[in-house]
Amino acid sequence: MTIAKNDLKRTPLYNKHLALGAKMVPFSGWEMPLQYTGIIDEHIHTRTKAGLFDVSHMGEFFLSGSSASSELDKLVTCRVDDMLPGKCRYGFLLNENGGIIDDLIVFKISQKEFKLVVNAGTSEKAKEWILDRVSSKDIFRDESKNIVKLDLQGPLSAKVINELIGTSVTDDLKRYWFKHIDLVGERVLFSRTGYTGELGYELFFPVSAAEKLWDALLSAKEVKPIGLGARDTLRLEMGYALYGSDIDENHTPLESNLNKFVFMEKDFIGKPALLRQKENGLKRILKGFIADGRRSARCGFKVLSPEGERIGEVTSAAFSPCLKKGIGLCYIKKEFAVEGRQIILTDGKTEIKATIESTPFYKQG
Amino acid sequence: MIPRELKYTKEHEWVKIDGKEAVFGITEHAQSELGDITFVELPSKGSDVKKTDVLGTIESVKAASEIYAPLSGKISEVNELLSDKPETINFSPYADGWICKINTNDESEIETLMDAASYEKYVKE
Repeated sequence: MTIAKNDLKRTPLYNKHLALGAKMVPFSGWEMPLQYTGIIDEHIHTRTKAGLFDVSHMGEFFLSGSSASSELDKLVTCRVDDMLPGKCRYGFLLNENGGIIDDLIVFKISQKEFKLVVNAGTSEKAKEWILDRVSSKDIFRDESKNIVKLDLQGPLSAKVINELIGTSVTDDLKRYWFKHIDLVGERVLFSRTGYTGELGYELFFPVSAAEKLWDALLSAKEVKPIGLGARDTLRLEMGYALYGSDIDENHTPLESNLNKFVFMEKDFIGKPALLRQKENGLKRILKGFIADGRRSARCGFKVLSPEGERIGEVTSAAFSPCLKKGIGLCYIKKEFAVEGRQIILTDGKTEIKATIESTPFYKQG
Repeated sequence: MIPRELKYTKEHEWVKIDGKEAVFGITEHAQSELGDITFVELPSKGSDVKKTDVLGTIESVKAASEIYAPLSGKISEVNELLSDKPETINFSPYADGWICKINTNDESEIETLMDAASYEKYVKE
């Protein structure tokens, strides 16, 4: 699929990215910054200081009303009924076959209101799917166009926020909780969540405050803007799955090794398929690998056993700036999915030796 | 900045010709397009190559591209520095980041290379 460049959507910070010299690329129908100074430099900066990501392309949906909690519980794989206001939880929307329609984070705003943060590339599909299943279209709102999302990630991210506000707002905020804060006069939904493995936060606020908050956060000397290139290498060092690459409608959360985000003690769409899959046993599973050297495999490389048998396929791969080796994720036959096992990655021309390893690959985060 | 004294190929390689010996690497434009270079597969010293043969691979964090022989001849030297420090190509594409040297055997091929002005035009197209 090719999309003409002028059909691409732009975030409210598009001009800021150009002014910073970003290399812009198409991503999920959006024109997004790939890098500013360089992927490795931005990656290391996020691991050692604090990086600022414009991820306003992601979607935000709201479900409200007295039935929102019980209706949402049937749609997503994570447990909703025991969430307290201020809690976030990661989960999936599944089709009837247990395949992943989208991965998302549920935010419980109040007893009667929830926010869902969904992927940019799947938001239209997820929206239709949800609208077809809720009791009334009136309980659903798509606020994606009105909300800017900035991620501030890295060991110094709390310091940056607290210094901007002049008092500590991060001390009482545990991982996967959120609250509202006042940042340079703007009300921000502030969650301790992220996609890098570092201490970090995600900030949600109205489009009208986009440039003001972007500038305020970048004014801190510890903060640099980070593009999607480093976002990908950072998440891959943690072994986090990327929708569209590692997880999709053809794979269930069991195959994707993400069982812990599926609460089997409740009913949800796709659960019967997961139960059947559990009973029949998994044939393939998503596992991480580390290459012997600097050379990286690419998405689509075949996975071979040392004897040359085809046993899987690479879904994500990159050079790891922290390990200085190739890393990646692959779907591999269950019997080969054993840590320490040698594999060969190939596109038919190049052969790369690698070892199945546990994730995260980067363990200091 | 495109060095005037060098010759260029459509594959964004530069070539410096000194008698029979040609040194080559990739251009500033090529390294900038690739981004952070993480791995270089070098050709083997002593091998005979033909113009446009694939000699090896340059990988960056998110892409891979092939290295082509700009001229025919015998590989006389390869830049071993690139095995450990492939990022040298990013910092110094025209000097320390050279890729290999070829003992050329067909002088007429030199005519097929672009001069700096033609390459500049080619990049802009």
